[in-house]
Amino acid sequence: MAGRRPAASARLPRVIDIPASKRPSVPSEAEPTTSVAPNDENGTPPNLSSLPDEPLTVIEPSRTWAPLKWSDLWAYRELLFFLVWRDIKVRYKQTALGAAWAVLQPVFMTLIFTLLFGRLAGLNKGSDIPYPLFALAGLVPWTSFANVVSTSSNSVVNNASLITKVYFPRIIVPTAAVAAGSVDFGLAFAVLIGLVFYYGVMPTAAAAMLPVLAVMTFLFALGIGTWLSALNVKYRDVRFVLPFIIQLGLFVSSVIIPSSALPGAWRRVLILNPMSAIVEGYRSALFGQPFDWPALAAAAVIISGMLVYSVYFFRRVEKGFADII
Amino acid sequence: MRPVIRVSNLGKQYDIGVRQEAYATLRDRFVEAARAPFRRLRRGAGGRVPRHVWAVEDVSFEVEPGDAVGIIGRNGAGKSTLLKMLSRITEPTRGRIELYGRVGSLLEVGTGFHPELSGRENIYLNGAILGMARTEIKRKFDEIVAFSEVEDFLDTPVKHYSSGMYLRLAFAVAAHLEPDVLVVDEVLAVGDARFQRKCLNKMQEVGSRGRAVLFVSHDMTAVTRLCRRAILLHEGKVLSDGPAHQVVSAYLNSGLNTTAAREWPDASRAPGDEVVRLCAVRVRDGDGAVSDAVDIRRPVEIEMEYEVLRPEATLVPNFHFYNEEGIHAFVLLDTDLQWRNRPRPVGRYISTTHIPGNLLSEGTLIVGAAISTMEPVVVHFYERDAVAFHVVDSLDGDSARGGYAGPMPGVVRPLLPWRTSFSPGLGGDDLSAEGGM
Repeated sequence: MAGRRPAASARLPRVIDIPASKRPSVPSEAEPTTSVAPNDENGTPPNLSSLPDEPLTVIEPSRTWAPLKWSDLWAYRELLFFLVWRDIKVRYKQTALGAAWAVLQPVFMTLIFTLLFGRLAGLNKGSDIPYPLFALAGLVPWTSFANVVSTSSNSVVNNASLITKVYFPRIIVPTAAVAAGSVDFGLAFAVLIGLVFYYGVMPTAAAAMLPVLAVMTFLFALGIGTWLSALNVKYRDVRFVLPFIIQLGLFVSSVIIPSSALPGAWRRVLILNPMSAIVEGYRSALFGQPFDWPALAAAAVIISGMLVYSVYFFRRVEKGFADII
Repeated sequence: MRPVIRVSNLGKQYDIGVRQEAYATLRDRFVEAARAPFRRLRRGAGGRVPRHVWAVEDVSFEVEPGDAVGIIGRNGAGKSTLLKMLSRITEPTRGRIELYGRVGSLLEVGTGFHPELSGRENIYLNGAILGMARTEIKRKFDEIVAFSEVEDFLDTPVKHYSSGMYLRLAFAVAAHLEPDVLVVDEVLAVGDARFQRKCLNKMQEVGSRGRAVLFVSHDMTAVTRLCRRAILLHEGKVLSDGPAHQVVSAYLNSGLNTTAAREWPDASRAPGDEVVRLCAVRVRDGDGAVSDAVDIRRPVEIEMEYEVLRPEATLVPNFHFYNEEGIHAFVLLDTDLQWRNRPRPVGRYISTTHIPGNLLSEGTLIVGAAISTMEPVVVHFYERDAVAFHVVDSLDGDSARGGYAGPMPGVVRPLLPWRTSFSPGLGGDDLSAEGGM
């Protein structure tokens, strides 16, 4: 066993990386933990005066839990842009209606739920907001959220050919899927705003919360999508379980039934679901109703926790992607 | 001179068990958990331990700026794994790589090409994936288009491209990468000869500009032409490292490149389980010599050497023959009555199958070797591409071709007797007369 480092086999691989796509002149904050300065036997190479003294990249077995490499992400920001652009360009290729689907999906669901619940069950008693508007205000963010979660959960597996052939920070893949979904959301939301005016509801100062709510929606989708996309590499079950979870989510996220229609105990449980608070938040913002601040604060905390956990989880398992995908 | 790449004691271990159950499902996890106590019992009784394979082991080398290094070795020697580690696609299990420059890797041509996007859009997308900045792509755009020779179809989705156009466009983007170190896997094995030459020239240009090139190939001519230096890998280790022409000729004369014999001297790397382990597979020509080229008219013998580790197993060695198109041509099971249904004592065995002359078709045959137990069916190992050999027809006129020299399809080409009956004249009536013969 000559030449082998003892105990090395017990360690997992680690990449200490410095933005590989950047020119050598970038004097990265490389933090090369154990790297030795390469011996420079006087003089620079003939044609390459730009080669640095410190290694630009050190590839080594890595620790189990690695934080996010912001410098690496920054270096690959253009790739992120191109992947988002690709996803947007390709999504509605060869469809007759194109991006109109982004609007039609929530509209169709609104029609169905209006018929089912708005008329038959009489759920919307005691509110001056017409049920179709109420439902659409919930379904637009919910549909976008659900689509984004499912595309980003499958994104790593769907980009297997990239992952086994090129290096880039893997987290770009689920992130791009989430970012690409924002276009659909924007389109559907524009229609929703139009409908709000059509029903004669005037915006109030509460509408200022809309951007915050949109950011929360997408950060939550990013957290779940990142986590599931990594899990999906090893356990393809994710692909089959996800549709059920999304179906269930529709019923527990105050999308079709306002949380105020639920008994108190249930409402407290709903706080654990950030989407419920967010969906209610959209309605409050659109219809000028009072916000449920405690629920929104709880949602923000849960979303942040989810996001941090997902990123760490992703970083921990991503080194195995190319070997098992 | 200061190196641009320094690789020290690099190793990559694969757990074969994990690789096989790559698509582990949650259910498997539960089943596994339920079984675990029993497994522990078995392991305690000297059962099976997880099998690890070092795809790359203790590899060290340095590459200086301006170097063009060819990496050679037979399939499974660890070339691709090494390249994947250098490209940061997979992480090493131990050791260290220091890179003193930007690395561009080309493990495949057209990575990330999207069939629905146009040629123009794919140039940008692929460029970004390969690590080029948008401004850089914009600057080189015209050059890339000219190199690809697909100017007229730039705005056509690439799904409508011919495979040649697709490859030319893909390679054109890749050829305009300007990293300090270019890592290239066997991507030149595509496209027509003229375009391949163009790509080789482009790579040579990269090399001459003081950038380092690492080039994995089976094409020894390309390696000697492109590279001044070559590294020969064998079973994950560096076997030799030196001037390309020396390493290449040593490799060609070493027998390492022959596909006709494959041996597993190291028991921990050998295919097999706790019952039986494969030691070697060999192809012998009619004279009994190990050879990867056999005359279509002469017999061929395929032998499998293996070690039975646990007594009382009934074993059926079998060979699977595939032709170049991947068609499973036929299977040969050991039907020898001496050992059929008879438990085998522990020891070393050689089972040989004899294929008569004038049966196989011309071309390459890839042989998979396996040993199974039939009731119940247990596959102790199956080594997919154990050996390969070429069947050659020298066109002397006494093979199944007769005097015909053109293309002749079919997975087998037996030489079988023909009989023709003849009756003189043109009249149909005579046939009945002939029938009486």
